[in-house]
Amino acid sequence: MAVFVYAENINGIYKKAAFEAVSYAKAIATKTGDSVTAISINPTDSSDLLYKYGADKVINVKDAGLKNFSSKAYAQAVNEVFDGNVIVFPHTTDASSVAPMLAIQKNYSLITNAIDVPESTSPFQVKRRAFSGKGFMHAKADAAGVIVTVSQNAYGVKENAASGSEEVKELSIANEDTKVINHEQSSGKLDLKEAEVVVSAGRGMKGPENWGMIEDLANVLGAATACSKPVSDIGWRPHTEHVGQTGKAISPNLYVAVGISGAIQHLAGVNSSKTIVVINNDAEAPFFKSADYGVVGDAFQIIPALTEKIKALKGA
Amino acid sequence: MKILVCISSVPDTTSKINFTADKSAFDKNGIQWVINPLDEFALTKAIKLQESQGATVTVVNVGDAGTEAVIRKALAIGANDAIRVNTEAKDSFSVAKEIARVAQDGAYELVLMGKESIDYNGGAVPGMVAQLLNFPFVNAAVGFDVNGSEATAVREIEGGKETISVKLPAVVAGQKGLVDEKDLIIPNMRGIMSARTKALQVVEPSNTEVKVEAVSFDSVAPRAAVKLVSADNLDELVRLLHEEAKVI
Ligand SMILES: Cc1cc2nc3c(=O)[nH]c(=O)nc-3n(C[C@H](O)[C@H](O)[C@H](O)COP(=O)(O)OP(=O)(O)OC[C@H]3O[C@@H](n4cnc5c(N)ncnc54)[C@H](O)[C@@H]3O)c2cc1C
Repeated sequence: MAVFVYAENINGIYKKAAFEAVSYAKAIATKTGDSVTAISINPTDSSDLLYKYGADKVINVKDAGLKNFSSKAYAQAVNEVFDGNVIVFPHTTDASSVAPMLAIQKNYSLITNAIDVPESTSPFQVKRRAFSGKGFMHAKADAAGVIVTVSQNAYGVKENAASGSEEVKELSIANEDTKVINHEQSSGKLDLKEAEVVVSAGRGMKGPENWGMIEDLANVLGAATACSKPVSDIGWRPHTEHVGQTGKAISPNLYVAVGISGAIQHLAGVNSSKTIVVINNDAEAPFFKSADYGVVGDAFQIIPALTEKIKALKGA
Repeated sequence: MKILVCISSVPDTTSKINFTADKSAFDKNGIQWVINPLDEFALTKAIKLQESQGATVTVVNVGDAGTEAVIRKALAIGANDAIRVNTEAKDSFSVAKEIARVAQDGAYELVLMGKESIDYNGGAVPGMVAQLLNFPFVNAAVGFDVNGSEATAVREIEGGKETISVKLPAVVAGQKGLVDEKDLIIPNMRGIMSARTKALQVVEPSNTEVKVEAVSFDSVAPRAAVKLVSADNLDELVRLLHEEAKVI
């Protein structure tokens, strides 16, 4: 039997989270000796991109009615083509809205925020994020089938080429209860949850006019930018950048925190970052206790200097 | 309009998270309980609709008697009345089932909640409730307004936002942005006094089975001690990040 995976695309283009979900599904399939079938709705990208991470088969759902996202209609579409015991979703905003609806339709167990491959596949048991990163839970599925969402950046993208084949499925699902009025996508900005490097700043930056240097550092690092809660509360930065217990939970390879005290609620959303660098002028800032590397000093001097040095390294 | 707001009772955000010695459960000793912060956005939104549209706001919580202080706080914030489904919240599915039953019995036109609870981070109850009720579902809402039988919601999407119209009845799961942080209502003395006299109905659960079990818990492994680099020696920081951590 195939392990299924929902390969999310945004406007037809596969997200990194889709490749990660396929990589994860492949890891399960390798354990159970099964194949991997990916489901995608109206992709324009080539299925080759999914074969590369281990998809043996890609089902491309074509449905003009699903041009716009609707959790309910998308869940119904997935339900029409999914006929297995396991399906993997990325834990993105959209995919994790579809997964619970599908879980009810299928009467399957739903385990969200998985951070590792399952400890057992029968019964399905996996380690997941809980308590906003302040703890972990080993969750066991009781139903005959399981839907699992994988926390972004937790497992990673792993190449594992398969010689896949594609099937096109034409559906026409009624999508009437929500209608898109306006769609705003900021182009060119790195997605915070997918980013491998994140540069984040807090109230220590004193004001929004000082964010230029944070963006410069982010640019040389190829990083996304983030901020602490008070910074977005005051409106210095959009709340989509707020990370922490009540904002986004992220796990990049490198998290650089500038002028952030490291309150427990902030740490909750970032402490699964692999490497943490803290820059703060207060040697007693709690964040130093949770950091791998730290610099005690004035961010306004350190950040521009650090940016130049990294630029030199990258240029070399 | 009848609005149902789902409230989960979670450890205060400053709580240190500990587990019992055998790691089988969350250790509730010394924990202060609060309304899930994301649910507070939903509750405040509902109170605004109560003021602007004459809506009635009922809060529902699935939990044992220990959650009543948190329910009273929601009443003090301004909800009209409350329902507690008398059972420990064990997994997303069983909680969603109880909420859907309450929503159906009361014929609510709008079910509002936070997009996830900050304890178990399931993020699953809202979508499950929507599917059980066969209502449209808007997740990660950062804006919402009602206009007759139609509503508009702004939802967060990766790298942007989308404004959509939604047919009521609907389930909307919100987060920060649904209302401004500064608009969150802090109960005043009058609210606290009147909360004491508001109806808090206790209903028995339907004893739904659970679909996910918590087998055990782990704490977060502590990081090694921080390596401090002098502000005058940023070359060393770059070297460490490049050669040791291999992240740049
Ligand atoms: C219910 C609830 C939920 C919360 N959720 C979150 C959350 O999700 N995310 C979050 O971030 N917070 C959250 N908080 C807030 C959290 O408790 C802290 O208040 C917040 O993280 C502090 O932000 P900050 O570090 O930017 O600001 P501050 O606490 O003001 O710290 C600023 C830091 O900058 C340093 N600094 C100042 N000037 C300089 C300089 N020139 N150079 C270098 N360093 C400098 C200071 O030493 C200080 O450490 C929550 C709080 C509550 C009550």
